[in-house]
Amino acid sequence: MQAAAADPVIEFRDVSYRVGGNQVLCGLNLHVKRGETLVLLGRSGSGKTTTLKLVNRLVSQSAGIILVNGMPNDQTDVIRLRRGVGYVIQEAGLFPHFAVARNIGLVPKLEGWAQGRIEARVRELLQLVGLDAEFGQRYPHQLSGGQRQRVGVARALAADPEILLMDEPFAALDPLTRDELQREFLLLQQRLHKTVLFVTHDLREALRLGSRIALMEAGKLVTVLTPQEFVKSGDAWASAYVRAFGEGLESAANRGTS
Amino acid sequence: MNLLHFLSQNRAQVLELTLEHLWLVGISTLFAMLVGIPLGILVAHRKGWNKPILTTANIIQTIPSLALFGFLLPVPWLGARSDRLAILALTLYALLPIIRNTYAGIHGVDAAIVEAARGMGMTEWQLLYQVELPLAASVILSGVRIAVVISVGLATIAAAIGAGGLGEFIFRGLAMVDDRVILAGAIPAAVLALLADFGVGWVERRLRAR
Repeated sequence: MQAAAADPVIEFRDVSYRVGGNQVLCGLNLHVKRGETLVLLGRSGSGKTTTLKLVNRLVSQSAGIILVNGMPNDQTDVIRLRRGVGYVIQEAGLFPHFAVARNIGLVPKLEGWAQGRIEARVRELLQLVGLDAEFGQRYPHQLSGGQRQRVGVARALAADPEILLMDEPFAALDPLTRDELQREFLLLQQRLHKTVLFVTHDLREALRLGSRIALMEAGKLVTVLTPQEFVKSGDAWASAYVRAFGEGLESAANRGTS
Repeated sequence: MNLLHFLSQNRAQVLELTLEHLWLVGISTLFAMLVGIPLGILVAHRKGWNKPILTTANIIQTIPSLALFGFLLPVPWLGARSDRLAILALTLYALLPIIRNTYAGIHGVDAAIVEAARGMGMTEWQLLYQVELPLAASVILSGVRIAVVISVGLATIAAAIGAGGLGEFIFRGLAMVDDRVILAGAIPAAVLALLADFGVGWVERRLRAR
Protein backbone atom coordinates (compact mmCIF):
# COMPACT_ATOMS: atom_id res chain seq x y z
CA MET A 1 0.00 0.00 0.00
CA GLN A 2 2.96 2.31 -0.29
CA ALA A 3 2.58 5.16 -2.72
CA ALA A 4 3.68 4.40 -6.24
CA ALA A 5 4.62 7.98 -6.90
CA ALA A 6 5.47 10.67 -4.40
CA ASP A 7 3.61 13.54 -6.06
CA PRO A 8 1.25 15.36 -3.70
CA VAL A 9 -2.44 15.05 -4.48
CA ILE A 10 -3.45 17.44 -1.74
CA GLU A 11 -1.23 20.23 -0.56
CA PHE A 12 -1.79 22.85 2.15
CA ARG A 13 0.35 25.97 1.85
CA ASP A 14 0.36 28.32 4.84
CA VAL A 15 -3.30 27.70 5.45
CA SER A 16 -5.04 29.48 8.28
CA TYR A 17 -8.65 29.47 9.30
CA ARG A 18 -10.14 32.01 11.62
CA VAL A 19 -13.75 32.24 12.69
CA GLY A 20 -14.71 35.29 14.70
CA GLY A 21 -11.71 36.02 16.88
CA ASN A 22 -10.91 32.35 17.10
CA GLN A 23 -7.81 31.02 15.34
CA VAL A 24 -8.88 27.48 14.48
CA LEU A 25 -5.99 26.71 12.20
CA CYS A 26 -2.68 28.51 11.97
CA GLY A 27 -0.08 28.34 9.17
CA LEU A 28 -0.68 24.77 8.14
CA ASN A 29 1.78 23.24 5.67
CA LEU A 30 1.04 19.66 4.77
CA HIS A 31 0.81 17.41 1.76
CA VAL A 32 -0.85 14.10 1.06
CA LYS A 33 0.91 11.83 -1.41
CA ARG A 34 -0.79 9.79 -4.08
CA GLY A 35 -2.08 6.49 -2.70
CA GLU A 36 -1.15 7.11 0.90
CA THR A 37 -3.35 7.28 3.95
CA LEU A 38 -2.46 10.39 5.87
CA VAL A 39 -3.97 10.36 9.33
CA LEU A 40 -4.74 13.63 11.08
CA LEU A 41 -4.42 12.82 14.76
CA GLY A 42 -5.36 15.20 17.52
CA ARG A 43 -7.82 15.87 20.26
CA SER A 44 -11.14 17.68 19.93
CA GLY A 45 -10.58 21.26 18.88
CA SER A 46 -7.13 20.62 17.46
CA GLY A 47 -8.35 21.62 13.99
CA LYS A 48 -8.18 18.21 12.34
CA THR A 49 -11.79 18.12 11.14
CA THR A 50 -11.50 21.69 9.89
CA THR A 51 -8.41 20.67 7.94
CA LEU A 52 -10.41 17.90 6.31
CA LYS A 53 -13.35 20.13 5.45
CA LEU A 54 -11.06 22.68 3.88
CA VAL A 55 -10.25 20.17 1.17
CA ASN A 56 -13.81 19.87 -0.15
CA ARG A 57 -14.57 23.46 0.78
CA LEU A 58 -17.22 22.77 3.38
CA VAL A 59 -15.06 25.35 5.11
CA SER A 60 -13.09 28.11 3.35
CA GLN A 61 -9.65 29.11 4.54
CA SER A 62 -8.96 32.66 5.74
CA ALA A 63 -5.46 32.59 4.28
CA GLY A 64 -3.23 30.27 2.29
CA ILE A 65 -3.71 27.94 -0.65
CA ILE A 66 -4.97 24.39 -0.86
CA LEU A 67 -3.96 22.52 -3.99
CA VAL A 68 -5.95 19.51 -5.10
CA ASN A 69 -4.21 17.77 -7.99
CA GLY A 70 -2.08 20.84 -8.41
CA MET A 71 -5.04 23.21 -8.76
CA PRO A 72 -6.02 25.71 -6.07
CA ASN A 73 -9.29 24.23 -4.85
CA ASP A 74 -11.06 27.58 -4.72
CA GLN A 75 -10.50 28.04 -8.44
CA THR A 76 -12.39 24.91 -9.40
CA ASP A 77 -16.16 24.63 -9.42
CA VAL A 78 -17.10 23.59 -5.90
CA ILE A 79 -19.70 21.04 -7.04
CA ARG A 80 -17.22 19.39 -9.44
CA LEU A 81 -14.59 19.38 -6.71
CA ARG A 82 -16.87 17.69 -4.17
CA ARG A 83 -18.16 15.06 -6.58
CA GLY A 84 -14.58 14.08 -7.27
CA VAL A 85 -13.76 13.66 -3.60
CA GLY A 86 -15.31 10.86 -1.53
CA TYR A 87 -16.53 11.92 1.89
CA VAL A 88 -17.21 9.62 4.84
CA ILE A 89 -18.31 10.94 8.21
CA GLN A 90 -18.98 9.57 11.66
CA GLU A 91 -22.32 7.74 11.92
CA ALA A 92 -22.11 7.63 8.11
CA GLY A 93 -24.58 10.53 7.57
CA LEU A 94 -26.74 8.34 5.34
CA PHE A 95 -29.96 9.80 3.97
CA PRO A 96 -32.65 8.19 6.13
CA HIS A 97 -35.35 8.46 3.44
CA PHE A 98 -33.28 6.72 0.76
CA ALA A 99 -32.80 2.97 0.58
CA VAL A 100 -29.20 1.77 0.77
CA ALA A 101 -28.94 1.39 -3.01
CA ARG A 102 -30.07 4.97 -3.58
CA ASN A 103 -27.67 6.23 -0.92
CA ILE A 104 -24.78 4.46 -2.58
CA GLY A 105 -25.80 5.48 -6.08
CA LEU A 106 -26.29 9.11 -5.18
CA VAL A 107 -23.23 10.72 -6.73
CA PRO A 108 -23.44 8.62 -9.92
CA LYS A 109 -27.07 9.72 -10.20
CA LEU A 110 -26.16 13.37 -9.65
CA GLU A 111 -23.55 12.86 -12.34
CA GLY A 112 -26.23 11.61 -14.69
CA TRP A 113 -25.15 8.00 -15.15
CA ALA A 114 -27.62 5.66 -16.87
CA GLN A 115 -29.82 3.69 -14.48
CA GLY A 116 -28.38 0.32 -15.48
CA ARG A 117 -24.84 1.49 -14.92
CA ILE A 118 -25.76 2.85 -11.49
CA GLU A 119 -27.38 -0.44 -10.50
CA ALA A 120 -24.36 -2.43 -11.60
CA ARG A 121 -22.05 -0.10 -9.71
CA VAL A 122 -24.17 -0.38 -6.55
CA ARG A 123 -24.02 -4.19 -6.70
CA GLU A 124 -20.27 -4.05 -7.18
CA LEU A 125 -19.82 -1.69 -4.23
CA LEU A 126 -22.06 -3.67 -1.87
CA GLN A 127 -19.89 -6.67 -2.60
CA LEU A 128 -16.72 -4.62 -2.15
CA VAL A 129 -17.72 -3.56 1.36
CA GLY A 130 -18.93 -7.03 2.27
CA LEU A 131 -22.70 -6.62 2.17
CA ASP A 132 -25.21 -8.91 0.43
CA ALA A 133 -27.05 -7.51 -2.55
CA GLU A 134 -30.34 -7.65 -0.62
CA PHE A 135 -29.08 -4.83 1.61
CA GLY A 136 -29.69 -2.49 -1.29
CA GLN A 137 -33.42 -2.47 -0.60
CA ARG A 138 -33.10 -1.74 3.12
CA TYR A 139 -33.23 1.62 4.81
CA PRO A 140 -30.43 3.01 7.00
CA HIS A 141 -32.44 2.63 10.23
CA GLN A 142 -32.69 -1.10 9.55
CA LEU A 143 -28.91 -1.49 9.62
CA SER A 144 -26.41 -1.91 12.44
CA GLY A 145 -23.80 0.77 13.05
CA GLY A 146 -21.13 -1.25 11.29
CA GLN A 147 -23.34 -1.91 8.28
CA ARG A 148 -24.22 1.77 8.04
CA GLN A 149 -20.56 2.68 8.02
CA ARG A 150 -19.89 0.13 5.28
CA VAL A 151 -22.63 1.78 3.24
CA GLY A 152 -21.04 5.15 4.01
CA VAL A 153 -17.74 3.92 2.58
CA ALA A 154 -19.47 2.41 -0.46
CA ARG A 155 -21.29 5.69 -1.08
CA ALA A 156 -18.05 7.65 -0.94
CA LEU A 157 -16.43 5.26 -3.42
CA ALA A 158 -19.37 5.25 -5.84
CA ALA A 159 -18.05 7.56 -8.53
CA ASP A 160 -14.55 6.16 -8.05
CA PRO A 161 -12.97 9.34 -6.69
CA GLU A 162 -9.23 9.51 -6.41
CA ILE A 163 -9.40 11.19 -3.01
CA LEU A 164 -11.22 9.99 0.08
CA LEU A 165 -11.87 12.20 3.10
CA MET A 166 -12.77 10.24 6.22
CA ASP A 167 -13.83 12.07 9.35
CA GLU A 168 -13.68 9.71 12.33
CA PRO A 169 -15.62 7.11 10.35
CA PHE A 170 -15.20 4.31 12.89
CA ALA A 171 -15.29 6.32 16.13
CA ALA A 172 -18.88 5.51 17.04
CA LEU A 173 -18.54 1.75 16.55
CA ASP A 174 -18.07 -0.89 19.20
CA PRO A 175 -14.46 -2.17 19.48
CA LEU A 176 -15.05 -5.44 17.67
CA THR A 177 -16.85 -3.87 14.74
CA ARG A 178 -14.26 -1.12 14.61
CA ASP A 179 -11.48 -3.69 14.46
CA GLU A 180 -13.29 -5.47 11.66
CA LEU A 181 -13.81 -2.31 9.64
CA GLN A 182 -10.23 -1.15 10.15
CA ARG A 183 -8.99 -4.48 8.85
CA GLU A 184 -11.27 -4.25 5.85
CA PHE A 185 -10.18 -0.69 5.23
CA LEU A 186 -6.57 -1.88 4.99
CA LEU A 187 -7.51 -4.67 2.59
CA LEU A 188 -9.57 -2.26 0.51
CA GLN A 189 -6.74 0.24 0.41
CA GLN A 190 -4.34 -2.49 -0.80
CA ARG A 191 -6.62 -2.94 -3.80
CA LEU A 192 -7.76 0.59 -4.50
CA HIS A 193 -4.78 2.81 -3.55
CA LYS A 194 -6.95 5.84 -2.90
CA THR A 195 -5.39 9.00 -1.57
CA VAL A 196 -6.92 9.16 1.89
CA LEU A 197 -7.06 11.91 4.45
CA PHE A 198 -8.28 10.28 7.64
CA VAL A 199 -9.23 12.08 10.86
CA THR A 200 -9.12 10.32 14.20
CA HIS A 201 -8.37 10.92 17.86
CA ASP A 202 -7.51 7.29 18.39
CA LEU A 203 -3.75 6.68 18.27
CA ARG A 204 -4.21 2.95 17.82
CA GLU A 205 -6.31 3.58 14.73
CA ALA A 206 -3.79 6.10 13.45
CA LEU A 207 -0.89 3.67 13.84
CA ARG A 208 -2.77 0.86 12.23
CA LEU A 209 -4.23 2.68 9.22
CA GLY A 210 -1.86 5.52 8.51
CA SER A 211 1.02 5.63 6.04
CA ARG A 212 1.96 8.77 7.91
CA ILE A 213 0.50 10.48 10.94
CA ALA A 214 0.11 14.24 11.16
CA LEU A 215 -0.20 15.20 14.80
CA MET A 216 -2.17 18.35 15.46
CA GLU A 217 -2.57 20.42 18.59
CA ALA A 218 -4.41 23.70 19.11
CA GLY A 219 -4.68 24.53 15.42
CA LYS A 220 -1.07 23.79 14.61
CA LEU A 221 0.65 20.90 12.97
CA VAL A 222 3.07 19.45 15.52
CA THR A 223 4.84 16.83 13.45
CA VAL A 224 4.38 14.32 10.64
CA LEU A 225 5.75 10.84 11.30
CA THR A 226 5.35 7.29 10.08
CA PRO A 227 3.72 4.96 12.60
CA GLN A 228 7.08 3.30 13.34
CA GLU A 229 8.68 6.68 13.99
CA PHE A 230 5.71 7.86 16.00
CA VAL A 231 5.96 5.24 18.75
CA LYS A 232 9.68 5.95 19.22
CA SER A 233 9.43 9.70 18.83
CA GLY A 234 10.97 12.01 21.39
CA ASP A 235 8.49 14.74 20.48
CA ALA A 236 6.69 15.91 23.61
CA TRP A 237 3.17 15.70 22.14
CA ALA A 238 3.77 12.43 20.36
CA SER A 239 5.18 10.76 23.45
CA ALA A 240 2.32 12.17 25.51
CA TYR A 241 -0.04 10.35 23.12
CA VAL A 242 1.96 7.16 23.30
CA ARG A 243 1.92 7.27 27.12
CA ALA A 244 -1.81 7.98 27.20
CA PHE A 245 -2.55 4.97 25.03
CA GLY A 246 -0.25 2.73 27.02
CA GLU A 247 1.37 -0.48 26.00
CA GLY A 248 0.99 -2.70 23.03
CA LEU A 249 1.37 0.07 20.52
CA GLU A 250 4.52 -1.36 19.01
CA SER A 251 2.58 -4.33 17.81
CA ALA A 252 -0.22 -2.09 16.58
CA ALA A 253 2.34 -0.05 14.67
CA ASN A 254 3.44 -3.19 12.83
CA ARG A 255 -0.23 -3.47 11.78
CA GLY A 256 -0.78 -6.90 10.56
CA THR A 257 -3.81 -7.20 8.39
CA SER A 258 -4.51 -10.61 9.91
CA MET B 1 -85.20 15.48 16.72
CA ASN B 2 -85.79 19.06 15.75
CA LEU B 3 -82.28 19.63 14.45
CA LEU B 4 -82.28 16.58 12.19
CA HIS B 5 -85.66 17.63 10.90
CA PHE B 6 -84.34 21.12 10.14
CA LEU B 7 -81.24 19.70 8.44
CA SER B 8 -83.17 17.36 6.20
CA GLN B 9 -85.65 20.03 5.26
CA ASN B 10 -82.82 22.38 4.31
CA ARG B 11 -80.37 19.80 2.99
CA ALA B 12 -79.87 21.56 -0.32
CA GLN B 13 -78.79 24.71 1.47
CA VAL B 14 -76.68 22.81 4.03
CA LEU B 15 -74.87 21.15 1.17
CA GLU B 16 -74.40 24.42 -0.68
CA LEU B 17 -73.04 26.23 2.36
CA THR B 18 -70.78 23.30 3.21
CA LEU B 19 -69.33 23.36 -0.28
CA GLU B 20 -68.87 27.13 -0.04
CA HIS B 21 -67.13 26.62 3.27
CA LEU B 22 -64.87 23.96 1.78
CA TRP B 23 -64.05 26.27 -1.12
CA LEU B 24 -63.09 29.13 1.20
CA VAL B 25 -60.90 26.87 3.35
CA GLY B 26 -59.41 24.88 0.48
CA ILE B 27 -58.42 27.80 -1.71
CA SER B 28 -57.04 29.86 1.17
CA THR B 29 -55.02 26.91 2.48
CA LEU B 30 -53.64 26.37 -1.01
CA PHE B 31 -52.59 30.03 -1.25
CA ALA B 32 -51.13 29.92 2.24
CA MET B 33 -49.05 26.86 1.25
CA LEU B 34 -47.89 28.51 -1.97
CA VAL B 35 -46.70 31.55 -0.01
CA GLY B 36 -45.89 30.04 3.38
CA ILE B 37 -43.73 27.09 2.35
CA PRO B 38 -41.31 29.20 0.26
CA LEU B 39 -41.20 31.77 3.06
CA GLY B 40 -40.48 29.04 5.59
CA ILE B 41 -37.67 27.73 3.36
CA LEU B 42 -36.29 31.26 3.05
CA VAL B 43 -36.42 31.80 6.79
CA ALA B 44 -34.66 28.48 7.41
CA HIS B 45 -31.80 29.39 5.06
CA ARG B 46 -31.36 33.13 5.63
CA LYS B 47 -31.00 33.89 9.28
CA GLY B 48 -31.62 37.63 8.82
CA TRP B 49 -35.13 37.05 7.43
CA ASN B 50 -36.16 34.96 10.37
CA LYS B 51 -37.25 37.71 12.75
CA PRO B 52 -39.14 40.05 10.39
CA ILE B 53 -41.11 37.31 8.64
CA LEU B 54 -42.07 35.33 11.72
CA THR B 55 -42.90 38.51 13.64
CA THR B 56 -45.16 39.75 10.84
CA ALA B 57 -46.95 36.43 10.65
CA ASN B 58 -47.30 36.47 14.41
CA ILE B 59 -48.81 39.96 14.43
CA ILE B 60 -51.32 39.02 11.73
CA GLN B 61 -52.32 36.07 13.87
CA THR B 62 -53.13 38.37 16.78
CA ILE B 63 -55.50 40.64 14.83
CA PRO B 64 -59.07 39.70 15.75
CA SER B 65 -60.67 38.12 12.72
CA LEU B 66 -63.71 40.40 12.59
CA ALA B 67 -61.39 43.42 12.74
CA LEU B 68 -59.26 42.04 9.89
CA PHE B 69 -62.33 41.54 7.73
CA GLY B 70 -63.33 45.10 8.58
CA PHE B 71 -59.91 46.52 7.73
CA LEU B 72 -59.88 44.82 4.33
CA LEU B 73 -63.42 45.85 3.37
CA PRO B 74 -62.49 49.31 1.93
CA VAL B 75 -59.62 47.91 -0.19
CA PRO B 76 -60.71 48.52 -3.84
CA TRP B 77 -60.55 45.25 -5.78
CA LEU B 78 -60.81 43.08 -2.70
CA GLY B 79 -63.74 44.79 -1.03
CA ALA B 80 -65.79 44.45 -4.22
CA ARG B 81 -66.36 40.76 -3.57
CA SER B 82 -66.62 39.43 -0.08
CA ASP B 83 -65.35 35.95 -0.95
CA ARG B 84 -62.06 37.41 -2.24
CA LEU B 85 -61.74 39.25 0.99
CA ALA B 86 -62.51 36.20 3.10
CA ILE B 87 -60.01 34.12 1.14
CA LEU B 88 -57.28 36.72 1.67
CA ALA B 89 -57.98 36.96 5.39
CA LEU B 90 -58.04 33.17 5.81
CA THR B 91 -54.81 32.91 3.81
CA LEU B 92 -53.13 35.41 6.11
CA TYR B 93 -54.23 33.50 9.20
CA ALA B 94 -53.04 30.19 7.77
CA LEU B 95 -49.57 31.57 7.04
CA LEU B 96 -48.08 31.45 10.52
CA PRO B 97 -48.43 27.73 11.25
CA ILE B 98 -47.24 26.87 7.75
CA ILE B 99 -44.22 29.18 7.81
CA ARG B 100 -43.29 28.15 11.33
CA ASN B 101 -43.55 24.43 10.68
CA THR B 102 -41.68 24.65 7.37
CA TYR B 103 -38.91 26.47 9.20
CA ALA B 104 -38.93 23.99 12.09
CA GLY B 105 -39.00 20.99 9.75
CA ILE B 106 -36.04 22.14 7.67
CA HIS B 107 -34.16 23.39 10.68
CA GLY B 108 -34.69 20.03 12.34
CA VAL B 109 -32.97 18.04 9.59
CA ASP B 110 -29.83 16.52 11.08
CA ALA B 111 -26.90 18.86 10.40
CA ALA B 112 -24.66 15.86 9.67
CA ILE B 113 -26.99 14.78 6.87
CA VAL B 114 -27.02 18.25 5.36
CA GLU B 115 -23.26 18.39 5.52
CA ALA B 116 -22.95 14.94 3.98
CA ALA B 117 -25.21 16.09 1.14
CA ARG B 118 -23.10 19.19 0.52
CA GLY B 119 -19.89 17.22 0.86
CA MET B 120 -21.07 14.81 -1.81
CA GLY B 121 -21.58 17.66 -4.22
CA MET B 122 -25.30 18.35 -4.13
CA THR B 123 -26.24 21.82 -5.29
CA GLU B 124 -28.36 23.89 -2.89
CA TRP B 125 -31.47 23.06 -4.98
CA GLN B 126 -30.71 19.36 -4.93
CA LEU B 127 -30.18 19.57 -1.20
CA LEU B 128 -33.54 21.28 -0.80
CA TYR B 129 -35.57 18.99 -3.06
CA GLN B 130 -33.90 15.68 -2.39
CA VAL B 131 -33.03 15.98 1.28
CA GLU B 132 -34.49 18.87 3.24
CA LEU B 133 -38.06 18.95 1.90
CA PRO B 134 -38.64 15.18 2.00
CA LEU B 135 -37.25 14.97 5.53
CA ALA B 136 -39.28 18.00 6.65
CA ALA B 137 -42.48 16.92 4.85
CA SER B 138 -44.31 15.48 7.84
CA VAL B 139 -43.57 18.53 10.00
CA ILE B 140 -44.67 20.88 7.19
CA LEU B 141 -47.90 18.93 6.76
CA SER B 142 -48.62 19.10 10.44
CA GLY B 143 -48.44 22.88 10.03
CA VAL B 144 -50.91 22.61 7.15
CA ARG B 145 -53.17 20.50 9.32
CA ILE B 146 -53.19 23.14 12.06
CA ALA B 147 -53.87 25.83 9.43
CA VAL B 148 -56.82 23.91 7.98
CA VAL B 149 -58.42 23.32 11.36
CA ILE B 150 -58.04 27.01 12.27
CA SER B 151 -59.45 28.03 8.88
CA VAL B 152 -62.55 25.86 9.15
CA GLY B 153 -63.42 27.63 12.38
CA LEU B 154 -62.48 31.10 11.17
CA ALA B 155 -64.35 30.72 7.91
CA THR B 156 -67.64 30.70 9.82
CA ILE B 157 -66.96 34.36 10.62
CA ALA B 158 -66.62 35.12 6.91
CA ALA B 159 -70.41 34.98 6.77
CA ALA B 160 -70.44 38.24 8.73
CA ILE B 161 -69.20 40.02 5.61
CA GLY B 162 -71.41 38.01 3.33
CA ALA B 163 -68.83 35.57 2.02
CA GLY B 164 -71.10 32.60 2.64
CA GLY B 165 -70.19 29.30 4.19
CA LEU B 166 -71.66 27.55 7.18
CA GLY B 167 -71.36 30.74 9.23
CA GLU B 168 -74.56 31.90 7.51
CA PHE B 169 -76.58 29.45 9.56
CA ILE B 170 -74.77 30.47 12.71
CA PHE B 171 -75.39 34.18 12.24
CA ARG B 172 -78.94 33.59 11.11
CA GLY B 173 -79.56 31.38 14.11
CA LEU B 174 -78.12 34.00 16.41
CA ALA B 175 -80.40 36.65 14.93
CA MET B 176 -83.43 34.35 15.15
CA VAL B 177 -82.43 33.06 18.59
CA ASP B 178 -82.91 29.58 17.20
CA ASP B 179 -80.48 26.90 18.45
CA ARG B 180 -81.37 24.55 15.64
CA VAL B 181 -80.22 26.99 12.99
CA ILE B 182 -77.00 27.74 14.88
CA LEU B 183 -76.28 24.02 15.22
CA ALA B 184 -77.08 23.44 11.55
CA GLY B 185 -74.03 25.59 10.84
CA ALA B 186 -71.87 24.66 13.80
CA ILE B 187 -72.14 20.88 13.58
CA PRO B 188 -71.20 20.50 9.91
CA ALA B 189 -68.33 22.95 10.53
CA ALA B 190 -67.08 20.85 13.44
CA VAL B 191 -67.38 17.69 11.35
CA LEU B 192 -65.42 19.36 8.55
CA ALA B 193 -62.67 20.34 10.98
CA LEU B 194 -62.45 16.81 12.33
CA LEU B 195 -62.39 15.27 8.86
CA ALA B 196 -59.72 17.68 7.68
CA ASP B 197 -57.67 17.02 10.79
CA PHE B 198 -57.94 13.30 10.27
CA GLY B 199 -57.31 13.42 6.52
CA VAL B 200 -54.20 15.59 6.61
CA GLY B 201 -53.01 13.74 9.71
CA TRP B 202 -53.26 10.48 7.78
CA VAL B 203 -51.09 11.79 4.95
CA GLU B 204 -48.67 13.16 7.53
CA ARG B 205 -48.31 9.79 9.24
CA ARG B 206 -47.74 8.07 5.92
CA LEU B 207 -44.96 10.49 5.11
CA ARG B 208 -43.36 9.99 8.50
CA ALA B 209 -43.45 6.22 8.14
CA ARG B 210 -41.11 6.37 5.16
